This record gives sequence, C-alpha cells and structure tokens, in this order.
Amino acid sequence: MTITEKILARHAGLDHVSPGDLIEVSVDMALANDITAPLAIKVFEEIGARRVFDPYKIALIPDHFVPNKDIESAEQAKAMREFSMQQKIAHYYEVGQSGIEHVLLPEKGLVIPGDLVIGADSHTCTYGALGAFSSGVGSTDLGLIMATGKTWLKVPPTIKLEYEGTLLPWVGGKDLILFTLGLLGIDGGNYRSLEFSGPVIGRLSMDQRFTMANMAVEAGAKNGIIAPDETTMAYVAQRSSRRPFVCTSDPEADYEKVVKIEVGEVEPQVAFPHSPANVRPLSEVGNVTVDQAFIGSCTNGRLEDLRQAATVLRSRKVAKGTRLIVIPGSQLIYSQAIKEGIVQTLMDAGAVSWCGYLPSQLWTLSRWSPGRPSRWRTGNLDNEQKLYRPDGTSKKRGVSRQSSYSSCICCFGTHCRSGGALNETSGEGMEIRR
Amino acid sequence: MKLLGKVWKFGDNVDTDLIIPARFLNVWDENELAKNCFTDLRPDFVTTISPGDIIVAGENFGCGSSREHAPLAIKSAGISGIIAKSFARIFYRNAFNIGLPILECKEASGNIEEGNRVSVDLATGEIGNLDTGHQFFAKPIPDFMREIVEAGGLVEYVKKKGLAEQAI
Repeated sequence: MTITEKILARHAGLDHVSPGDLIEVSVDMALANDITAPLAIKVFEEIGARRVFDPYKIALIPDHFVPNKDIESAEQAKAMREFSMQQKIAHYYEVGQSGIEHVLLPEKGLVIPGDLVIGADSHTCTYGALGAFSSGVGSTDLGLIMATGKTWLKVPPTIKLEYEGTLLPWVGGKDLILFTLGLLGIDGGNYRSLEFSGPVIGRLSMDQRFTMANMAVEAGAKNGIIAPDETTMAYVAQRSSRRPFVCTSDPEADYEKVVKIEVGEVEPQVAFPHSPANVRPLSEVGNVTVDQAFIGSCTNGRLEDLRQAATVLRSRKVAKGTRLIVIPGSQLIYSQAIKEGIVQTLMDAGAVSWCGYLPSQLWTLSRWSPGRPSRWRTGNLDNEQKLYRPDGTSKKRGVSRQSSYSSCICCFGTHCRSGGALNETSGEGMEIRR
Repeated sequence: MKLLGKVWKFGDNVDTDLIIPARFLNVWDENELAKNCFTDLRPDFVTTISPGDIIVAGENFGCGSSREHAPLAIKSAGISGIIAKSFARIFYRNAFNIGLPILECKEASGNIEEGNRVSVDLATGEIGNLDTGHQFFAKPIPDFMREIVEAGGLVEYVKKKGLAEQAI
C-alpha cells in the first residue's frame, strides 16, 4: 500500500484498502474557520447534535476575516466563538494568540505523522507535509464530523512525484510545486493523492514542505503527502508528546502514475494569471511592472519565507510605485521575526508589515485578497496576479518600468495564486527577470 | 426526480470565487448568498434566471476553495441542477450534501447551447435537448446519493433515516 492507503486503512479499522474503496474513517482532528464554521455549526444543530464528539479533536480558528472587516463578518466570528465556549473546544484560539489555521496547527503540534485530519478549508491538505492524511471538505461534512468524529471517503489513486537532482540557487519548495502544477494542470490531480518523494524532498525544510503540500489542492488533489523522516520527527518532537504513527509507502505499492522530475534545470517559477498551473520559468517572464507585492498566507507566511525576503531586502528599498505588504502567518512567527530583526529590515526597505491573517486586510484596504490568483477573487476583473516564492526575484539587475498589465499584483502565497516580486531600488519599479 | 429548465452556459475551470466571490462570505444565509451568485462575471445572472434553470459547463466546475457557500448560492438562486464535463472534488461532494443534483456528461456539455431547453432524468442519467432533439446519457447518480438530493440534502437525509440519533 501507499502511505495514504496505510493511514486510511488504519483509520477505517481495516488491514488493507485499495483505490476506489468507500470507507468510513475516524477523524483525529476536525478543523474549520470563521467562514466555514458558522455553516457547519448550523448543520450540527439542525441534525439535533448536542455535544461534539471530542472537544480536544476540533480546532476552530478565526483567521479569514481578521480583524473583522464589517458587522457581518464579526457576527460570524462571534457565532464560532460562542459555540467554542459552549462546547469547550480545546483548540479555539482568540485573535492575539492565533494565526492562519494551516500555519497554526503544525506550530502547536496539533497534527503529527499518521493522523487523519479533515478541515472545512481546501488548503487542509497542508498537513500532508507531516506525513498525515489531510483533506478539505465543505461545511455539511464538517458539521457531521463534529457530531460523530467520523466521515466517509473514497480511497484515492496515488500519483507519485519523484524529485531528483540538485536545486539551483533560489529554487525551493514553492518553485517545485508550481513547476509540478504546470506539469499536471489545474485538474491533473483531481480526486487523487499526490505523493512527493525523492532525495530533493528529503533535503527540504519543513516550511518548504508545508508550501508544497499546501498547494496539492491547486491541482485538484484530495491530499498531498510526504513520508515522515528525520526532519519531520525533529519538528514534531519539539511540539507534541503524542506518539506518531510513522509509515511509508511499500516498494511494491500501486501507483496510478510515477512522474520523475529532474530538478537541475528548474528555474524559479512564476504562475501567471489566472491559474496556479499557468507557470513560466523566470527567464521567460519578461519585464513586468509590479504595483503590489504580498508575502504571507497559509502557503508562504512562515518564518523561513520572511527570512528569505529579509535577506533579499537588506540594505535595499522597495521601488517607488510598488507596495510591498508582509503578513506573518501567526503571532509566534511575527514575534520571532521581530526578535530576529526581520520586521525592522522589511520596514527599513519600505514594506508594511502587520499581523493579521487571511483575506480581510487586503480586501478592506485594497479590495484585493491574497487568496488564489483567480481574477475573480479580487473583485476586479482587470487585476493581474502572479505567484512566486517569497524571495521574489529581487535578485534582479536592470530595472524597467514596462508593464503588460493594467494592474499587476504579485503574491508569495497561494492564497495568491499569483506571485510577487520585490524590488530593489532603482526607484523605478522592478523587473521580474533574474 | 426530473429537471426541466433553460440552460445557462459556462466554460472550463469555473472556480468558487467566480461562483460566489470571497468578499461576500461574511454571511451564511443562503438567500443572501444567492444575491451575489456569479456577480462578477454575470452581474445580472440572479435577476434573469428562472426557477428550475440549469447550468451547463465545461471541465473542472467548482474548483478552488472548499466553500459550501458556492453550491448553496447556485441552488438558492433557483438553479435546479448542473451538467458539466467534470467537477472539482470538494464541489462535487458539497453539491450533493446540500441537495443540488449535478451530472457529469462530456457529450451533453459539448452539444447544448445557452438558451436551450433541457430535461434531465436523475434516475436514468438521460439528458434531452428539447430544442435540437438530441439525447445524451450521463452515468446515473447512485441510489443513495439521489435519495440525499431528493431529501433536500444530507441534513434532511440523516434526519429522515434516523441516522442522527444513531450517530450522536
């Protein structure tokens, strides 16, 4: 069996499962946020449930409208808060002790290898980086899980992605997943499990692995997963005292497809409008003026992302005419970034940085969300968003102010499926070429 | 269960932000959500459709986020069902859970135009284009999923079957 099949079989109480099997599984952690929880709570109440199945196995995280953008979004946060108090939900974290759900749960040690996590958020697949099975569902499914601790799943076929070779400088997890999305397409992983493997993955940090697993859903995948190794165990040991179920795929496991990717030639990748799979290597991007760049989200709001950005921006300035917004993914990351001087470096460069989480601030301030680089998400069909890794491309030289887009917004998140680019300074915009 | 309605045609990769933009997710009342269904792409969609109309789309309909608000907005706007070449995984599950029937049929998607009148028999998977006389066959919806749709969604289904008491 594959690692995904082994975790599913264990949670279904079965010795063996195969792709296509319909199984009922027990859930180790059920997750929702301030957008999806209110609907799930409504379902929970409508079916007549009185108590959640286990208040220690539910996480309700206010992170989408933080701070609440209007009265309605405050009502949603209130509904979730009151439910959490009433049900004594152990993992409800109030604003101020919180962060983006998919950054926060691993940080707090709430997910460990072998767990089965179901969340009412598409990027729940992030926890596959820890060797857990994790997948997104809607609010009705989540409401029933909160009542019963169980759900049904169809065992997915697995596509194995093997990364071999040596990464070029400034190429990392974000580039690998964007490159992979370019290969698979926006629905190339629909209903499937993506298993990221090979020596290149073994050398990636946890932060970069989270970025890769997080974006598995951008190919439509049910889950993305990376087998636990020493890096995983070291990360988990510092955060959880629970005993993990560590497993890997059998050598004779059945895969729907095995894709070998030689990474030696993979350049930094940029996803162009309007899909995360519409990627180009940096050398083919050309000159694009960047109006706004964003670093953050559940994909790229982690400490390593901020460190990379600070490395690039030290002693440099954001170009005149470009706005750079940085939002650390959790309170802990923000605090650490202050201690390390990262926040000061970014501020000195002319970036604005504050701790809020997902779309709220940018909707409010710029009518644009750091979410998927779907043009629809911005509410402005003329916006163009691109996605890159957080060190952007600031390693550029000559700067030009050419623009092919009416309004170019770049992000280093998924939640931006666009990318971003910082700049260096000649004061005149920036270019995205190395 | 049979559907009969006028067709509204969409392309490939219609994502959840297109169906109901994230900025409108500050409410969870389905009638409020319906007001902004497809608002960025077709601002007059909600006011021009008639109850029972049907959406016909291309590949990967409903990709993007997990928001159940997307199928809820479509259903509450008055759409009775969706035919597409394929659906994104989470949307597929959500649609049945809230009682919105959806069918995968590549031939139908390719041979039905906006404005055509279409009939759908969920039990047999038969799709008829009443304007051209063409017939297409989607894979029938499994019985238990049709029961969920006929009950009005998973909540009603669970209540009707008495599963709630067993499970809680």
